[in-house]
Amino acid sequence: MTITEKILARAAGKKTVKPGELINAKIDIIMCHDVTTPPAISMLIEKGINKVFDSEKIVVTPDHFQPAKDIKSAELHKRLDEWAKRHNIKHYYKIGRAGVCHALLPEQGHIRPGEVIVGGDSHTCTYGAFAAFSTGIGSTDLAAAIATGQLWFKVPASIKFVLNGSLGLGVYSKDVILTVIARTGVDGALYKAMEFAGPALAEMSMEARMTITNMAIEAGAKNGIIGFDDVTKQYLDEHLKDKKQYAVFESDNDATYDKIEQFDCSKIEPMVALPHLPSGGVPIADCAGKKMDQAYIGSCTNGRIEDLRIAAKILKGKTVAIRTLIVPATPSIWKQANDEGLFDIFYEAGCVIAAPTCGACLGGFMGVLAAGEKCISTTNRNFVGRMGSPKSEVYLASPATAAASAITGKLEDPRKYM
Amino acid sequence: MPKAHVYKRDHINTDEIIPARYLNTDNEAELAKHCLEDLDADFVNKVKPGDCIVAGEDFGCGSSREHAVWAIRGAGILAVIAKSFARIFYRNAINNGFYVIESADALEKIDNGDELEIDYKTGLIKNRTADIDIKFEPLPEFAREIIEDGGLLNHITKTIK
Repeated sequence: MTITEKILARAAGKKTVKPGELINAKIDIIMCHDVTTPPAISMLIEKGINKVFDSEKIVVTPDHFQPAKDIKSAELHKRLDEWAKRHNIKHYYKIGRAGVCHALLPEQGHIRPGEVIVGGDSHTCTYGAFAAFSTGIGSTDLAAAIATGQLWFKVPASIKFVLNGSLGLGVYSKDVILTVIARTGVDGALYKAMEFAGPALAEMSMEARMTITNMAIEAGAKNGIIGFDDVTKQYLDEHLKDKKQYAVFESDNDATYDKIEQFDCSKIEPMVALPHLPSGGVPIADCAGKKMDQAYIGSCTNGRIEDLRIAAKILKGKTVAIRTLIVPATPSIWKQANDEGLFDIFYEAGCVIAAPTCGACLGGFMGVLAAGEKCISTTNRNFVGRMGSPKSEVYLASPATAAASAITGKLEDPRKYM
Repeated sequence: MPKAHVYKRDHINTDEIIPARYLNTDNEAELAKHCLEDLDADFVNKVKPGDCIVAGEDFGCGSSREHAVWAIRGAGILAVIAKSFARIFYRNAINNGFYVIESADALEKIDNGDELEIDYKTGLIKNRTADIDIKFEPLPEFAREIIEDGGLLNHITKTIK
């Protein structure tokens, strides 16, 4: 069996499962945020279900429109807040401690290997970096999971992506996943598990790995997953609050895959996904020089401390030529960046530093685009209208490429600044 | 009779179906006003209750926002017929008791404005305008049960009260 099949078998109380099999799985952690959870709460109230399956297994953080961007989003936050308090949700991150969910949950030690995690957000697949099964669900599934602690799943077939070689200077995990999606297509892994393996991965930090699993959904996948190793263990030792033993699963040597794709990471260049699909990735050489109006460095894909350090290294002593937003994904990342003096660098360069939020990544607020504007962004989607006007354009890239492009105001090869 | 709104496009995504700038509400009628706004601003003026959407591959890709299903349903759409669906949208639709039909050749056999009659149980779309029958694989029984119960929550409510 693959690692995904083993985790799902355990959650379903079975010895084995096969792709295509329908199972009822026990859920270990449910992630709740301010856009998809309030409707789930309303559904539960309407059905007269005034309970949660386990107040310690639900993690709540407003993030999409927090701090509240308008009256309607304030109402969403109010509904979330009242519900979390009513049910004594143990892990409720209120503003001040709230952050972009997929950066916050691992950082606060809620993600454990071998577990099944669901969240009312498509990028919930991020947590697969920790050898866990995690997938995004809608509000109705969320309501059902909150009430029962279980959900039905169809066991996905797996595709293996073997990342060989070492990344070159100026090339990051974001460039790897943009390369993978450019080859796979935005529905090339539809309904499938994307399992990542290989020596290039072994050299990546957990933060870098999360960027890869984060974007599995952009290839249509149900989950992205990476096996457990020393890097995983060390991160968990530093972050898990509950030290009780977790289950480590790995794919068998004779596990069945729909496909095995090989990538030579030493050949990967800094990539930019052109509008309007995440699969539009091309090497920077093919698009350098295109004029931008804004740079955005943040989000669940690339708003972690490592990302901010990479951007700061390039921006140090430089001045940005376009509007540049730095959005640390969580309060502790914000504090860390401040303690390390990164904010001084960003300030001197002329960037604006925002509070943790999903913000403009999804066109919510704090940096939305006008008609005709172009944004180089470290986020995950470049669909029509994603960051604002339907007539604006989003170019996806690594924090390094975004920072280099901010300096010249054009799509720029980050290696020029290294 | 239901009319088809045909979009010869793959990857019609959740940002096109309901842009995130409207996600500050979960009111279905409010969401419906902006359904497909960034793809076809005139859609909400053309759509009549009971109509269908016909599209290409990977319909509903992107976000997990169930608001996409609510916006489409709120606009009066009865079913979406596509070559394939993104996973979360498909699941959200069934969980809401909303019909999603996978058909490899509907897009070629249905023109904009064609009148359709759909039999979900046997898996048959009758294109009355072109006088063509289009077969499709009906939803698996457990999914039809959820739809017939009026969605997942009704389906499970019996067991958890």
